[in-house]
Amino acid sequence: MSVSASPSQPVSLLGGFTPELFAAHLAGVAHLPAWWLDRKRAAYERFASLPLPKRTDEAWRFATLTGLTLDGYVRPAAVPAGRLGHVPVGVAKSGRLVFANNRLVAREQVAAALAERGVVFGTIQEALRTHGDLVKAHLLAQPSPLGSEKFTALHTALLEDGAFIYVPRGVELPAPLAIYHYAQGAQSAVFPHTLVIAEEGSSATVVDCFRSADAQRHFACGQNDLHAGHGARLTYVAAQTWSRETLSFQFNSTIARRDAAVQSLNLHLGGRQSRHESHSQLQAPGAHTEMLGLTVAHGTQEFDQRTLQIHQAPNTSSNLLYKNALLDQSKTIFSGLIVVDPDAQKTDAYQGNRNLMLSDDAEANSLPGLEIQANDVRCTHGATSSRIDPEQEFYLRTRGIRQADADELLTFGFFEEVLSKLASEPLHDAFRDLIKAKFRAAPRPADHQH
Amino acid sequence: MSQSPTTDTLPPTAGDAAANAVQGIDQAAGNFSYKMDYAFDAGTGLTEDTIRYISSVKKEAPWILEFRLNALKQFRAKPMPTHWATKDLENINFDKIRYYLAQGQKPKRTWDEVPDDIKKTFERLGIPEQERKFLAGVEAQFDSEAAYSNVKDLVAKQGVIFLNSSEALREHPDLFRKFFGKVIPTGDNKFSALNSAVFSGGSFIYVPKGVKVSHPLQAYFRINAENFGQFERTLIIADEGAELTYMEGCTAPKFSTSTLHSAVVELVALKGAKIQYITVQNWANNVFNLVTKRGVAHEEAEIKWIDCNIGSRLTMKYPGVVLKGRKARGEVISIALANDGQHQDTGAKMIHAADETTSNIVAKSISVGQGRSTYRGVVHIPKHLKGCKNNTECDALLINTNSRTDTYPAITVRGDANSVQHEASVSKVSEEQIFYMQQRGLTEGQAMSLSVNGFVNDLATQFPMEYSVELKRLIDLEMEGSVG
Repeated sequence: MSVSASPSQPVSLLGGFTPELFAAHLAGVAHLPAWWLDRKRAAYERFASLPLPKRTDEAWRFATLTGLTLDGYVRPAAVPAGRLGHVPVGVAKSGRLVFANNRLVAREQVAAALAERGVVFGTIQEALRTHGDLVKAHLLAQPSPLGSEKFTALHTALLEDGAFIYVPRGVELPAPLAIYHYAQGAQSAVFPHTLVIAEEGSSATVVDCFRSADAQRHFACGQNDLHAGHGARLTYVAAQTWSRETLSFQFNSTIARRDAAVQSLNLHLGGRQSRHESHSQLQAPGAHTEMLGLTVAHGTQEFDQRTLQIHQAPNTSSNLLYKNALLDQSKTIFSGLIVVDPDAQKTDAYQGNRNLMLSDDAEANSLPGLEIQANDVRCTHGATSSRIDPEQEFYLRTRGIRQADADELLTFGFFEEVLSKLASEPLHDAFRDLIKAKFRAAPRPADHQH
Repeated sequence: MSQSPTTDTLPPTAGDAAANAVQGIDQAAGNFSYKMDYAFDAGTGLTEDTIRYISSVKKEAPWILEFRLNALKQFRAKPMPTHWATKDLENINFDKIRYYLAQGQKPKRTWDEVPDDIKKTFERLGIPEQERKFLAGVEAQFDSEAAYSNVKDLVAKQGVIFLNSSEALREHPDLFRKFFGKVIPTGDNKFSALNSAVFSGGSFIYVPKGVKVSHPLQAYFRINAENFGQFERTLIIADEGAELTYMEGCTAPKFSTSTLHSAVVELVALKGAKIQYITVQNWANNVFNLVTKRGVAHEEAEIKWIDCNIGSRLTMKYPGVVLKGRKARGEVISIALANDGQHQDTGAKMIHAADETTSNIVAKSISVGQGRSTYRGVVHIPKHLKGCKNNTECDALLINTNSRTDTYPAITVRGDANSVQHEASVSKVSEEQIFYMQQRGLTEGQAMSLSVNGFVNDLATQFPMEYSVELKRLIDLEMEGSVG
């Protein structure tokens, strides 16, 4: 760990992700087709040569760059089966995969009836053998253009395993597929990946859970690729509860084809500093995406969320709503951009960012952007930052509800606008409980004196 | 240094422009030019010698020369802001720009004293006979120097100082120096540094305590030499409880190579003062208009920028207010119209620095043809302030299928005792409205023009009468040929 093998390369550019670590990673990956090896090598070169984000990078405006050092992280050891204190998310599932430190540790297959109809719910390692062409076509096919080129390159270079989901034409999954990605052990670096291909007219719900198995300092750099074919309906929900010491990057890439509808909801609760980039492409008429985000930030946590909605075809629609609740000295950044390409007439796009300020020391930054190159469109955005509405609070207090309870009610009301968009009630409840748990664990917001 | 007077000016082109029968508008109205003689010319390019020349011609005190030379160093050290701004900035050739030109005449006092040449200019601007009287009270900047001014005498009775900045530096050096460069430091950005190095002309206004200036003070600016940049510097101070409205309008002839206009405007509103600053900008389509405008509002003071951008190739201008005193209020009303080949990159900055400060931004833009309009804004509410509020609304109207608009606000709020809201929308002219008006006998072009004027109407009515009339004419002019 101490010295990089190539002294010409400043250590800070690589941190713990040295050529030795990369070599050890390649040696440890069971299945490595030539195309994938080539891509990984090129990605590692790119990672090593790209600088860390600078203060003048618009894509990193307002972010705390000093927190992005890569030093000290290691390729973690395998977690022995049974050593993981796994707790399920608490919803009925069609299948389950549990990864710890980049390796599969437990699984629950999909029902035989679904497998017979061609549903694949397995690992990327398996899929490289059984569905090589599909993986090649879709894995990391849409690089994030939102500023994290260095970190997405690192993800490609060090991606070991993840979930591969293939839903054939017309198949509808009755219950969600759940994937858990754990990091365990000091300085562990994990690279979670979830690849979802939903073919024409299919329907699926995928739940990604990002968790730390202990309170150690972790490094997480994950990505998911969502591909919704013609008329497919895809729901993707993610719950990020990394340890409070974790530096986290998560990249979403969504493609919606003709008449496809993709809903994604990202819940951000954990991590010391978390960057989330979500990139949604509406490629054909009738495509619709809904991008939802919920963040509860406390202590000195920083959540940096960057989104991009690209309307590439006429008659597409997208709807984005990111809500952040800020306690203590926490900080959030929301930077969103709606892009309407020159021919994408009849686009209907919305982008909303709401920040609930629950502390006098918290900081919320909003950068809601639009780039419109077609005239027959309806594009709006709104951003607000304010505390709990004193009138609503007063009303509840006149009904005899204590201040703290009133604030909690109103805060959950704030989240409910997003949570209620989840069609699945068990999922809605599970996510609400996660938020509640975080609020209960965090010190309560100080009572306001009136 | 002094080169022979610039000569290559274009002949008037009014004759070959097609008059618009319906609107009665001469499309070449802004397209004028005539031969000029310059007594002072700093030549092209920017060196220390250029600056020494400007300073000596203006007979400036040593501290000003030092200030200019320091600014030149900062200008050279600063990179172009192309990491966020348009790459078009790289097309500015600083070596081909004339940084100082003047006829050397003293500022004039009465209409009779105004040279015939300049009167001719105003005639060509299409200013009606009735407004001539009004114009007599105008502080007009002709190229680098103020050409005449007589509203000065009128307001002087109220104790108001209204000079061009060169005069003010000579006559009121202490007052000038106290506020100069304090709102916008030299190194604020590359172009404020450039202005600080080569500034000339612009207005200096001081309104004493409690004085409410009876007449709006007004200045016309124009550029009349090829490759000639105009770098006026305006400083307005409203003392406690004072009130003032200032208006500037810009016109420029069309030239084949790009010119640069880079002004710095600083406003100081002391306790309880009110300043309203109105701009109608209609530079020719080859002008880079890169302007830094900022005001500081002290306790219970109010600064309002009304900013309308119609001309230029590229305008980058984000009028700002630093809300420094409790209950200070800042407002920016912005209208931008971008036609083919134009990029209006405008917006507002609101920096809250005291409790209970409020700010309001309303921006409307219209993109015609391949025009591009951009809203860029900053709202900043730092730590531990109470009761601060900001409201921002941006609406963009896209006329043609390939028109473009962007919105890039940046909002930072700290603490739980403030509230900020931002809303933006993008739309096109309602087909139903156009259809309805065509039913009533209007042509499509007239209907479009009416509709666009309706879009900005609630803001346009905040302009003084003659400006809103001018604005309406300019919109009519711009909407011609945008349909069909």
